[in-house]
Amino acid sequence: MAQIFHPSMKVISRASIIAVLIVVGVLTWVAGAMYRSGYFTNVNDPVEQNVPFSHEHHVNGLGISCAYCHTSVEQSSFAGIPPTHTCMTCHSQIWNTSPMLQPVRTSYQTQMPLEWVRVHDLPDFVYFNHSIHVAKGVGCQTCHGQVDHMPLTWRTNTLQMSWCLDCHREPEKYLRPKEEVYSMVYQQPDDQLTLGAALVEKYHIKKKQLTDCSICHR
Amino acid sequence: MFDLSPITMSEKNRFDIASIRARLSGEKGSEYWKSLDELAETEEFNEFLHREFPREASVWDDALSRRGFLKIMGASLALAGLSGCVKQPEEKIVPYVKQPEILVPGKPLSFATAFIMGGYATGVLATSHMGRPTRIEGNPDHPASLGATDVFATASILSLYDPDRSQVVTNKRAISTWDKFFAQLQTAIEVQRALKGSGLRILTETVTSPTLAHQMNTLLTQFPNARWHQYEPLHEDNAFEGAKLVFGMPLQTRHRFDRADIVVSLDSDFIAQGPGHIRSARDFANRRRVQGSHAEMNRLYVAECMPSVTGSMADHRLRAPSSHIENIARGLAAGLHVEGVHAAQIGEPEQRWVDAALKDLLAHRGKSIVVAGPQQSPIVHAAVHAMNNALGNTGETVLYTDPVEASPMNHGDSLQSLLHDLDSGEVDLLIMLGANPSYSAPADLKINEKLGKARLSVHLGAYNDETADACDWHIPQSHYLEAWSDARAFDGTATIMQPLIAPLYNSKSAHELIGGILDDSGRKSHEIVQDFWKTQRGGGHGFENFWKTSLNNGVVEGTSFPVKQPALRQPSDGWKFSSPAGDGLEISFRPDSTIFDGRFANNGWLQECPKPVTKLTWDNAAFISPATAQRYHLESNDLVELAANGRTVKAPVCIQPGHADSAVTLHLGYGRKKAGHLGTGIGANANLLRTAGSQWHAAGAEMRKTGESYTLAITQDHHSMEGRAIVRAANVEEFEKEPSFAKEMSEVPTASQSLYPPKEYPGYAWGMTIDLNACTGCNACVVACQSENNIPIVGKDQVSRGREMQWIRVDRYYKNDLDDPEIYNQPVACQHCENAPCELVCPVAATTHDSEGLNVMTYNRCVGTRYCSNNCPYKVRRFNFLQYSDVDTETLKMMYNPDVTVRNRGVMEKCTFCVQRISHARIEAKKEDREIRDGEVTTACQSACPAQAIVFGNINDATSNVAQRKADPRNYALLSELNTKPRLSYLAKLSNPNPALEKPEKPG
Repeated sequence: MAQIFHPSMKVISRASIIAVLIVVGVLTWVAGAMYRSGYFTNVNDPVEQNVPFSHEHHVNGLGISCAYCHTSVEQSSFAGIPPTHTCMTCHSQIWNTSPMLQPVRTSYQTQMPLEWVRVHDLPDFVYFNHSIHVAKGVGCQTCHGQVDHMPLTWRTNTLQMSWCLDCHREPEKYLRPKEEVYSMVYQQPDDQLTLGAALVEKYHIKKKQLTDCSICHR
Repeated sequence: MFDLSPITMSEKNRFDIASIRARLSGEKGSEYWKSLDELAETEEFNEFLHREFPREASVWDDALSRRGFLKIMGASLALAGLSGCVKQPEEKIVPYVKQPEILVPGKPLSFATAFIMGGYATGVLATSHMGRPTRIEGNPDHPASLGATDVFATASILSLYDPDRSQVVTNKRAISTWDKFFAQLQTAIEVQRALKGSGLRILTETVTSPTLAHQMNTLLTQFPNARWHQYEPLHEDNAFEGAKLVFGMPLQTRHRFDRADIVVSLDSDFIAQGPGHIRSARDFANRRRVQGSHAEMNRLYVAECMPSVTGSMADHRLRAPSSHIENIARGLAAGLHVEGVHAAQIGEPEQRWVDAALKDLLAHRGKSIVVAGPQQSPIVHAAVHAMNNALGNTGETVLYTDPVEASPMNHGDSLQSLLHDLDSGEVDLLIMLGANPSYSAPADLKINEKLGKARLSVHLGAYNDETADACDWHIPQSHYLEAWSDARAFDGTATIMQPLIAPLYNSKSAHELIGGILDDSGRKSHEIVQDFWKTQRGGGHGFENFWKTSLNNGVVEGTSFPVKQPALRQPSDGWKFSSPAGDGLEISFRPDSTIFDGRFANNGWLQECPKPVTKLTWDNAAFISPATAQRYHLESNDLVELAANGRTVKAPVCIQPGHADSAVTLHLGYGRKKAGHLGTGIGANANLLRTAGSQWHAAGAEMRKTGESYTLAITQDHHSMEGRAIVRAANVEEFEKEPSFAKEMSEVPTASQSLYPPKEYPGYAWGMTIDLNACTGCNACVVACQSENNIPIVGKDQVSRGREMQWIRVDRYYKNDLDDPEIYNQPVACQHCENAPCELVCPVAATTHDSEGLNVMTYNRCVGTRYCSNNCPYKVRRFNFLQYSDVDTETLKMMYNPDVTVRNRGVMEKCTFCVQRISHARIEAKKEDREIRDGEVTTACQSACPAQAIVFGNINDATSNVAQRKADPRNYALLSELNTKPRLSYLAKLSNPNPALEKPEKPG
């Protein structure tokens, strides 16, 4: 019986097997890279809003604390977006003719709420609670970045599970004293791990429990 | 999906009752059994038993072929793959313009209000998430609730968001507006004003609302010739008539089951139905609670036709056709020397039951209760009053008050007189508030022909139903969570009902419609209700305080009715008992245990909730006893034609062990013509066989086999556990001899026998106990769990494939005799095994253990292999075979509990011990730097349970309620011999039989 395959098939078949492996590998790597890229995670991508609200101006320039507007951060899972009324406490007096603030005034006059595009949006099967993080010494800045330098707001972290777990596995790398939670100028000390470990102890943080699935998924 | 036409089956007989009976009496093998199919070992049962997912459940066997399915799935899988790469969609945050002061964004608020059924209020706490009502729980301060709910109250939240609710005003079925309606109403009212209302008729259901009663009375003063009619299909007419016979006036009977040692129920399902039944269940269960090794329990005698929730709790259940109850009552009354009553001839088993009950009653004077069901005749109720009086129970365990109803009347007579007026053309303007008599009235009244004779008819209702169809105008009615109102509970306690949300549609409340007739100021229900209470409590500063306190507490202080001490007398016509109608077949009509009189027909949670004892879903059936089935050569699922009072109805047969012979029970509420997408056209309409004269049973009925068959979706064989020691029970005597009998029924492997290293749970260790002695099998837990955990409904077709999704199920077991078995209920949820078999087989670690011992399910990890469910010995895992969760309907989206993930197709799910509630409590405790307190976490099933059978908590804390129950001698774990170490354990059931009634040994 004649040979079915030419001897050169040996090389070709080996080469094609390797080629397929490489292609699959490259594709997987590309997909992974894309998944982690700013395109997908929206990291460092300023979000346009109806009202170009500047945290830089309000936090850095005027020194307003985070919790002045995000009032429920210490009580609830949701930190809260200020009602129009909060904006108007000042803006009925200052910049009250600014065209940039027209949507705010319209909202107040018509009683129709403002709409903001979410900057930090978790999947619906993840349950994050602001109040417990703030109570245990996770600073606003740790997750939200230098908001005081953001003229428009953007994400500085991916909000992907590996990022969450980074802290849930080793919270001592990130914790700060409770008093410094709202600070935007807080600098981690050189011996952060020592301080962090002391805070884990002090705040009764059960590290082992933090990686339970049920802590975030329910 | 719901329009299952009858299928003709030419199979040979599925089982033979005679041989089953022989087997049961012959063998001492399996004492407990689940169904006739199990006993007969039918193919169907075996398939359910041996296959985790029966009947090719993994295949999409709809009209689509396998090939077609693969083609479509291939394409959609490819797309699904791509959709994973799509960027997260942009979402908006919409803050308030002015945020209400009490609201903390993201935190739920709870408001006290009341749910009304049959006119009577049950106090509830409604949870609101950012303005959306999402959940109904009991109000601990309300006498009818004491913190518990029933299936109806819990499921009422679904009615609010039901997309089939009526949404627009219609005029002769065409869309119209409120203004047009109001203009026409005004004209008609002006005409009536001149006539002093002689052509004005108003039909309501039972009214206990003080405000509505006040409005109605004002209306009757303005229009003195107008009439107020009431029709409630399940009204307590007979109870009031019975009270009139012996007290000369209608009186409300209130029972103190917490004070009774002996309870004799004559066809009364007091645990599951009637005003104040949640409270009755609590009081009754409290007298059955046993702690430690000494048992002191009440004893319950029940005589009834169809096994009910109350019947399943009985120590001695006598099965008797409804018409025989009268003679049994006679026997009891004669035995108690009620003047003028003589015993009638009754059968031997009845006589034994009566004698035993009598002896017990006489030994517990002042500490017993005799209670009659609302479907029994007035004379039975009168005899029961006389018996309680003779026993000295009046004033002790049986209390009388004025009727709670604002205007007590005989509803049957009232409807008839309205129809008479309609017939004679006297009615110019007919206004119906909330009632649906077109469907619910007995057929011989021919109501649909007569409604058209009103010159102008108006219907206010939540659904565009049968009555709406027969009227000129239909006005959408506001849900109780949308409008202000008030109502009284079984003891008269008033609740001011506050709405949680503005009406979703252009709906009106009864107050607003009647208000529109009284004056045209267009006042809202808030103003109407508040103004009424101002007249009661005086305005001014004190009123503000009163109003706020009443709203906050959910009860108006000091409104319960004072107890009366009426004098008992002989009925003026003497004791006129009727004699039971021979040996012919009789049909009993009873309210359905989930959809009641049909008003919940479009409520999917209730339709899909397996009915207590029968475990039937999505249908009603002609329930007959095995002996009757034999006599008529019938099997379950046979379609029969029932004939009574000159009319016929087709219904499928369901053989019900424990049912009385020569009787058929048919439940109300089905066979609706216009209920909505879910409720229309399913089941048999029992109202077609009822007559105004005999509303609750039809004597001399006939039953004919049609040769067709019909598939009933019954869940009793699903998730079966093969006759191991699942339910463990003993009587008091056995228990006192051997208090830890339940533990000894199975061997628990020791730690050294286990291959697994022992796991430590140093912090919290969550655990649960279910007291089978308290559990009544009422299903409150099932629906509460469904509501809390966003559990979808799947429809009849899917249920019949064993794909129901409820996380907790109430298993029902029979014991011993085929014709007259003992009935046991056992709620089964995920057991949260410490050595969980499901976790070992999950290839993606989607189900794992957390550090507090919960067996948790991570939906986003699940790939749907279903290995976990195959490996679960308790059959408590549920798989989303299809996209069951409705994520498209706008209103239903509003209902979801935001703290629980809504699961999609292809994902496994199961009970989580309400992990969202644990998380919430843990976070709150950690913020305050303290431990979670005992009782701080209650699961949804626990908080709903009227009998407080379910206890949850930290078993590491020896002082906690749950740890103490786990230390009880009756505590046992299901299938503990498998060393799964379940965190859920059961307290064995006890019965308290009368030694005088020991069953005679069966011959052979």
